[in-house]
Amino acid sequence: MVEDAEMLIVDDNPADDSMVIHNPWRQLRQFTAARIGIGRAGVSTPTRETLEFQLAHAQARDAVHTELDIESLKQQLILLQQEFPQINSQPPLVLNSRAIDRVTYLQRPDYGRQLDEAGFASLKPHYTKTPYDLALVIVDGLSATAIHQNAVKFISSLLPLLLKEIPDFSLAPISLVNQGRVAIGDDIGEALNARAVLILIGERPGLSSPDSLGLYLTWSPKRGLTDDKRNCISNVRLAGLSYAAAAHKCFYLLSEARRLQCSGVAIKDRSTEKIIDSSAVQTSFLLDSKVDRKGVDGK
Amino acid sequence: MGQSYRYQLGSKTYQFADLAELMAKATPARSGDRLAGVIAESAEQRAVAQLLLAEVPLKTFLNDTLVPYEDDEITRLIIDDHDAEAFSIISHLTVGDFRNWLLTDTVSTEVLKQVSAGITPEMAAAVSKIMRNQDLILVAQKCRVVTSFRNTIGLPKRLSTRLQPNHPTDDVNGIAASMLDGLLYGSGDAVIGINPATDNVAQATRLMNLMDEVISLYEIPTQSCVLTHVTNTLECIENGAPVDLVFQSIGGTEKTNSSFGFNLAILAEAQQAALSLNRGTVGQNVMYFETGQGSSLSANAHHGLDQQTCEARAYAVARKFSPLLVNTVVGFIGPEYLFDGKEIIRAGLEDHFCGKLLGLPMGCDVCYTNHAEADQNDMDNLLTLLGTAGCSFVMGIPGSDDIMLNYQTTSFHDALYARRVLGLGAAPEFEAWLEKMQIMSNAGLAQLTNHLPPAFAGTLSSSAVKHYHG
Repeated sequence: MVEDAEMLIVDDNPADDSMVIHNPWRQLRQFTAARIGIGRAGVSTPTRETLEFQLAHAQARDAVHTELDIESLKQQLILLQQEFPQINSQPPLVLNSRAIDRVTYLQRPDYGRQLDEAGFASLKPHYTKTPYDLALVIVDGLSATAIHQNAVKFISSLLPLLLKEIPDFSLAPISLVNQGRVAIGDDIGEALNARAVLILIGERPGLSSPDSLGLYLTWSPKRGLTDDKRNCISNVRLAGLSYAAAAHKCFYLLSEARRLQCSGVAIKDRSTEKIIDSSAVQTSFLLDSKVDRKGVDGK
Repeated sequence: MGQSYRYQLGSKTYQFADLAELMAKATPARSGDRLAGVIAESAEQRAVAQLLLAEVPLKTFLNDTLVPYEDDEITRLIIDDHDAEAFSIISHLTVGDFRNWLLTDTVSTEVLKQVSAGITPEMAAAVSKIMRNQDLILVAQKCRVVTSFRNTIGLPKRLSTRLQPNHPTDDVNGIAASMLDGLLYGSGDAVIGINPATDNVAQATRLMNLMDEVISLYEIPTQSCVLTHVTNTLECIENGAPVDLVFQSIGGTEKTNSSFGFNLAILAEAQQAALSLNRGTVGQNVMYFETGQGSSLSANAHHGLDQQTCEARAYAVARKFSPLLVNTVVGFIGPEYLFDGKEIIRAGLEDHFCGKLLGLPMGCDVCYTNHAEADQNDMDNLLTLLGTAGCSFVMGIPGSDDIMLNYQTTSFHDALYARRVLGLGAAPEFEAWLEKMQIMSNAGLAQLTNHLPPAFAGTLSSSAVKHYHG
């Protein structure tokens, strides 16, 4: 049975396709990864598309349960430290939330937001009286895959910006967190004494995007802050927001946070305004001037 | 504070400290109440709490406010705006009698409309807790809430759709491709609504312009919305952007909304600003709200209440501002609040019922995330049940896959399935447009044409598409 299902999905020419009405606008998939123009049997999704969807869902379900590869991440971060000697030379800190495993994690977000006791103890030696400018916190969230694929690459795009614009920038040791949620960055930032914390976290996997990284910036982190005190940049991945664009936005938000001494809804992200204003003719094919208007007027 | 509640069952005495605890323990099981520590400790305790709740007079909810009046502007809104005259028809009833009354043959659409302003969210939540799924469907189906902007939402035997053409980088052509797909599958009469990937005034303005131009060019009788923070939309309006609907996610306590970064005064300001643009042609319902069980707990702002009661209180916020659409995004929040298909389905029916009873144009994002114990079959069930219950609108997205928000909601195909199997149509103005554009040959039967509609054939052969082809 399994073999039959695979054959159906890889076969480009199903035996009898006459019952399926195809959509010529499927060609617009050049513009998007969305499942457009999938055609129909009656008004329903054709067999092949239905089964492909089920396969994607099965893969996303499996991705939720993948574990963070701590050793590999540590190695990559050590290489990064060699590339940017100005950043903190301490080895990455490995921390755990109060959620002891994935099953607990999925049901107890409150545990995922809190650092466990051992974590607080291991952060103590890294506390400084002169606050760090920024703490980077890498968290598995709901997709360790997103962290594996994007976290270090994003950091290596961000660091040159920071070091160029703010020469004496001080970075806390980088933290790696298992079974964590966004707010665990508050515990960590507070324990380290960081002016700001940037959380890199695996977002909930989508069918077409099991690898989406989210970034959350919080000024003056401390336990109990609510989400209106954070700024979010979403969907950082190869097929989404590029590392360079994400780093640019992130740097903008951090600069604003430093200037205004706050983060969250008080800061409006205007990082792309210049780009958007300068390209007034940002139109789509739907508004192309050559559109045949006959049908529009109903004639 | 109010009284405690006690029930003797054989040799066993059940005691509930206050009305909030009684409500919570009477709630059908769900993971969010377990997370909050307010869930019934046993199935028997839940059943006993339901028996006791059925004995509580509706009047009690006006005196025993679950969140103190002085602490919470939503409690003040509920109490201060309560319509005593409308309430007088049901003021003698207990919660249990209220269920019977709602199911009575003589309680018609008109009677429910008359009473609506006298029902508080807590009364609606309480009665829903002792109703079975079929009761929630039957009574909701009797409610009618009609709203309008450029078309009419909520008429009998109608099921509208929000076309949700999200794109992970807000790419204009990517969004346009999903919009076209949706329109050609007959979707988009409730609203064309984009969740922007980045919450940014310039980006929102750009997306508003795109949708406004498409709606104008193809003369689509519908409205657009960028689902950005209300303060962003206010700024867009000040800058002269073409804002049809103002969006905001809302919760049922002041503290929840404060964690979302707004209060009632800001919503009032935004509503006035949108009204001043006078862009509606059929009506002037200018607000679009989203809700969902679990948001208050998620913000640690639930005041010890169960999540369904918090959700119902959010509807008090919504009805203050005469929205065009209210959408309960039922399965988006994840398994820590609604664990599996069964809990998602129950919550969707409760939210739809409570919203309709309170006079709201209730739609539902029939959805789940990949970390929940749910799948397409669960969504088929909920969609069919909500369609039967007279749900105002559902989402429409290419192939059920939201590539920006990373969750699964109903597809364009799903909406056509529901329309066909339940004999439902789109909003009448939109239905006429679908036939005029030759997208459908018989919109009443959800019959799509087999050829490419001429107005869009030109679009697809346009230079832009060809250019990108090369």
